[in-house]
Amino acid sequence: MHLKRKRKLQQLLLLTVGSGLIIGLILYALSENINLFFSPSEIASRKAYPAQRIKVGGMVREGSLERADDSLQVSFMITDYQHDLVVYYDGILPDLFREGQGIVAQGQLQADGAFVADQVLAKHDENYMPPEVSDAIEQASAAANATVEQTDL
Amino acid sequence: MIPELGHLALILALCLAIALAVVPLFGNATSQLRLQVAAHPLALGQGCMLLLAYAALTVSFIMDDFSVVYVVANSNSALPLPYKFSAVWGSHEGSLLLWVVILSLWTIAVSLLGKRLPLLMQARVLAVMGMISSGFLAFTLLTSNPFKRYLPDAAIEGADLNPLLQDFGLMIHPPMLYMGYVGFSVAFAFAIAALMDGKVDAAWARWVRPWTAMAWGFLTLGIALGSWWAYYELGWGGWWFWDPVENASLMPWLSGTALLHSLAVSEQRRLFKSWTLLLAILTFSLSLLGTFLVRSGVLTSVHAFATDPERGYFMLLLLVLCVGGSLVLYALRASTVRSRAVFNLLSRETCLLANNILLMVALAIVFLGTLYPLFLDVLGGERISVGAPYFNFLFVPIMALLLLLLGIGINVRWRAMPSQRLMHLLRQPLLWALGAGFAWPWVYAGAFNASVALAGALLVWLLATSVADLWQRVQQQNNAESAWWKLGASYYGMLLAHIGIGFTALGIAMVSHYSVEVSLRMAPNDKVNVGGYQFIFDGVKSIDGPNYSSIQAQVQVLKNGSVQQILQPEKRHYNAGQQVMTEVAIDAGLWRDLYVAMGEPLAQDSWALRIHYKPFVRWIWLGALLMAFGAGLAAWGKRHRFIPLPVAQTRHKGINS
Repeated sequence: MHLKRKRKLQQLLLLTVGSGLIIGLILYALSENINLFFSPSEIASRKAYPAQRIKVGGMVREGSLERADDSLQVSFMITDYQHDLVVYYDGILPDLFREGQGIVAQGQLQADGAFVADQVLAKHDENYMPPEVSDAIEQASAAANATVEQTDL
Repeated sequence: MIPELGHLALILALCLAIALAVVPLFGNATSQLRLQVAAHPLALGQGCMLLLAYAALTVSFIMDDFSVVYVVANSNSALPLPYKFSAVWGSHEGSLLLWVVILSLWTIAVSLLGKRLPLLMQARVLAVMGMISSGFLAFTLLTSNPFKRYLPDAAIEGADLNPLLQDFGLMIHPPMLYMGYVGFSVAFAFAIAALMDGKVDAAWARWVRPWTAMAWGFLTLGIALGSWWAYYELGWGGWWFWDPVENASLMPWLSGTALLHSLAVSEQRRLFKSWTLLLAILTFSLSLLGTFLVRSGVLTSVHAFATDPERGYFMLLLLVLCVGGSLVLYALRASTVRSRAVFNLLSRETCLLANNILLMVALAIVFLGTLYPLFLDVLGGERISVGAPYFNFLFVPIMALLLLLLGIGINVRWRAMPSQRLMHLLRQPLLWALGAGFAWPWVYAGAFNASVALAGALLVWLLATSVADLWQRVQQQNNAESAWWKLGASYYGMLLAHIGIGFTALGIAMVSHYSVEVSLRMAPNDKVNVGGYQFIFDGVKSIDGPNYSSIQAQVQVLKNGSVQQILQPEKRHYNAGQQVMTEVAIDAGLWRDLYVAMGEPLAQDSWALRIHYKPFVRWIWLGALLMAFGAGLAAWGKRHRFIPLPVAQTRHKGINS
């Protein structure tokens, strides 16, 4: 009986250590490969640094879209209504990309503060705003209100 | 009138489902034979009611009954008829209805084909399926009733089906996927019945295997269809994005694959029994999790259309009840299910154990990568997303290892096998695989590529080890002529499914490393060379579809100066919802696809065009077809196994184990 219990305990220990090790390794790989999301305001307050691969999101500012004449190079501004961010992209924009619509872009921040995207996503639904974007806009306006109250005092 | 009939039928179906969940078990407890047998007519009645409700919804779509909220949201009088059929499952309410309809069909199938099972088992399995059905029917009726109406003011016109879903691939993708998801409920119900019984024997595993194989085959088809659809409909040319919704269907697939293999050990060697039960519970729980993730709208992806927290909580409650309940039962009863047998290190048991471990690791990779951002979000932490590099970096090596092991597993025997004999069997396949693998990238592209070489070697390895095993088995028979037949459909199914995985792997490696993708601005008469073909843009034409207007580009494809094909990608503008959709043009082939998609219009009649050359991309889905066909063959070949062993023999075996 004792021997049996001992074996069972050993098995259990082996299983726990083994699966713990595997999950630990997976989580380590995971932490190396996450893409953080930033709003234009967070970028303006230097929360993100060049050389990091990040995602940014916001509404495309009306009238900010500019196209090159001879290539697919475009630039546009995204905004959370507190701060703007200039985005450069070389490629085909998604069907639902439109001025005044929420988008998410993935790429790298440049030293001059502009963002060079290698992927631009707009969701396939007319009324849909990416939740990251709506959150970012809410937070930005809440922060702005707070500063306004402080200056009032 | 018809929607009311449908609603009534749905309510009756719920009543019958609750009766199905309760009556047979009550009959069990009080030993009333008549109540146990009642499971069959109850299952049949539930199925009929659900089919009636389903028919009522379909008729509402066909007749453009715009007094039904769901029809207004998902149809339009100009919607072509075939899409009116598929619009039934185009959104949340209808796809839930499809879910329960498919569940009731599986229940009827178990009821009809399972009449040879012990009565106790029949009653319990059907009752468990009745419980699942009750939960989902209550969910449908309480939170997502597809028959809700605008009365007395009916709408005049519908909003139209999401244009993304107006497509053949997406007509059949959800039913196939659900056949898979829900099909695993059979294995789950059998596992719960076995836990109530406190006993798992070879006969039990024999009954569960064909059901699991069928569900797995459907799920494989469903996933492949989804991938194919994303490839040609989203217009990016990708066939797998590691999107949470895709991962949600991959997780039960991985766990279901492990279950299939663990069941084989439980049947042949009466081992891994409690592990098999746990896998059956896990697989169905992951199917439910997949349904929850997609249907509750907690995910932020292209697929998640429903966003209603009430539904989310109800779904979560169902998930917790189902998973929690079955795990508690497992904790209480699993210790009564004992496995006692010994096996050598070099044996098929070891190989299948390793298979299960690798599949569980793969599952953990996908699970953590999919749910970690969600957990972080729920906890109010940072918003992050996990990119494809994470999945590719971890998932691909595990799968390569699994395929390597697979070749050995096919050839190794149960219990034990002398290592020399195994070496002798495997030496030739190994040489073939190494030779072909190293040669292949040189032959194809004139340069070495490690990933392509590995995938090529693995495909040849699987083919050669399969042939080696087949040859070995035929040689062992006295009469070589009849030997080919004697091996049976399930054996051939097993080989086919395994070879299919090799085809998929090679397709993935080829398309990942040799694809050519060009996005460019093209004015009329501009030329571009991609992948050995010349593409000439001839300008655009305007055409009109039934419920959209479209601008169609004319792109000539030339090879060595002669015109091969004219590709006509479109930019469609749907009238009802004002959505713009890209319709790609593909010249499909076994060796390569040519893929042209339109971007946006630019100045001076020029357009942004996306041109892809995709070698071997069809092999990915061809492999999946082979897997599904193999699974079907395996299930069909085991049909005779529904006949239970004579009672005396069963008891004898029970004592031995």
